[in-house]
Amino acid sequence: MADKSLFEFLHMEMVAYVYQHQNGDNNNQERGSSLTTLEGMGFRVGQGLIERFTKDTPSFKDDLDVVKFLCKDLWINLFRKQIDNLRTNHQGTYVLQDNKFSLLTQFSNSKQYMEEAPKYLAYTCGMVRGALSNLSIDSVVTAEVSVMPACKFQVVIQRS
Amino acid sequence: MSRQGNRGTEGKKMLWYLPFISPSASMHLMNSELFTLTYGALVTQLCKDYENDEEVNKQLDKMGYNMGVRLIEDFLARSSVGRCHDFRETADVIAKVAFKMYLGITPSVTNWSPAGDEFSLILESNPLVDFVELPDNHNGLIYSNLLCGVLRGALEMVQMAVDVKFAQDTLRGDNVTEIRMKFIKRIEENIPVGDE
Repeated sequence: MADKSLFEFLHMEMVAYVYQHQNGDNNNQERGSSLTTLEGMGFRVGQGLIERFTKDTPSFKDDLDVVKFLCKDLWINLFRKQIDNLRTNHQGTYVLQDNKFSLLTQFSNSKQYMEEAPKYLAYTCGMVRGALSNLSIDSVVTAEVSVMPACKFQVVIQRS
Repeated sequence: MSRQGNRGTEGKKMLWYLPFISPSASMHLMNSELFTLTYGALVTQLCKDYENDEEVNKQLDKMGYNMGVRLIEDFLARSSVGRCHDFRETADVIAKVAFKMYLGITPSVTNWSPAGDEFSLILESNPLVDFVELPDNHNGLIYSNLLCGVLRGALEMVQMAVDVKFAQDTLRGDNVTEIRMKFIKRIEENIPVGDE
């Protein structure tokens, strides 16, 4: 069992490293590439994690079931709490709201540092996307923050 | 858990370790797989960004150092250990309190040098390397080098300059993981110029 603050510190260092490395290479490069790197790392980790967590669970009935599993069991395993609010339009879009996202609590309690927040959400978005992908659901996951430490993850399921 | 069993027999001596058996301790425990996998993703990214293993080792050490300077505050706030009087006490606190708190393992402290300024931490299992295999072309990579940086950064914040190295590593074929720590000097607090 590891300690949660270890992961939070490691995550902080990871974000700092990715941004510092990208800036060193290419000053005019769009900031998007750092977010992509972080999201990619999260994707691979999410795939691995979901494999281990769902080893013994029965198969899921439908997409809503999968998203509910993410909100409850996966979130508890990762952040020791559940998603506070799940909304859907029943047509493939889900909004997961976490009122006290553990990677943002140390940041601020208001609108200060709002521009920095997306950097710290990219990795988690990747994890969600990776988890869904290994449960054979293609999706696009984005996150938005209005007031910290609450944030919303929007999952749009891609139908081919 | 076997720890609970010991509390009865060694009542007073174990009081020191009580903070970790407290009920609120479970709030801090998380799935170590998340940490292990995240660390793996980070090392992979570093190997992609840098051509040679030496650079990756240095980056890991630097990142560990930055983590360590913050971790020490978290550690001191949550454990009730006071100031250590000598290096031996420091070694015990690191092995029995800090490692247990953050990684859930208790390395053993051995191989003290005659002068008492160098020792080894032997880790039977290293949570960072669960699921990890080093590919052949990365023989110089010290995978868990983050740990060295963390220890170095944390101790520097409590006024101790130390040198931390991996002496043995299970990923490279040794039986155990051994971290060698050497005390260099005590850092004097620098009073800022003009502050009288």
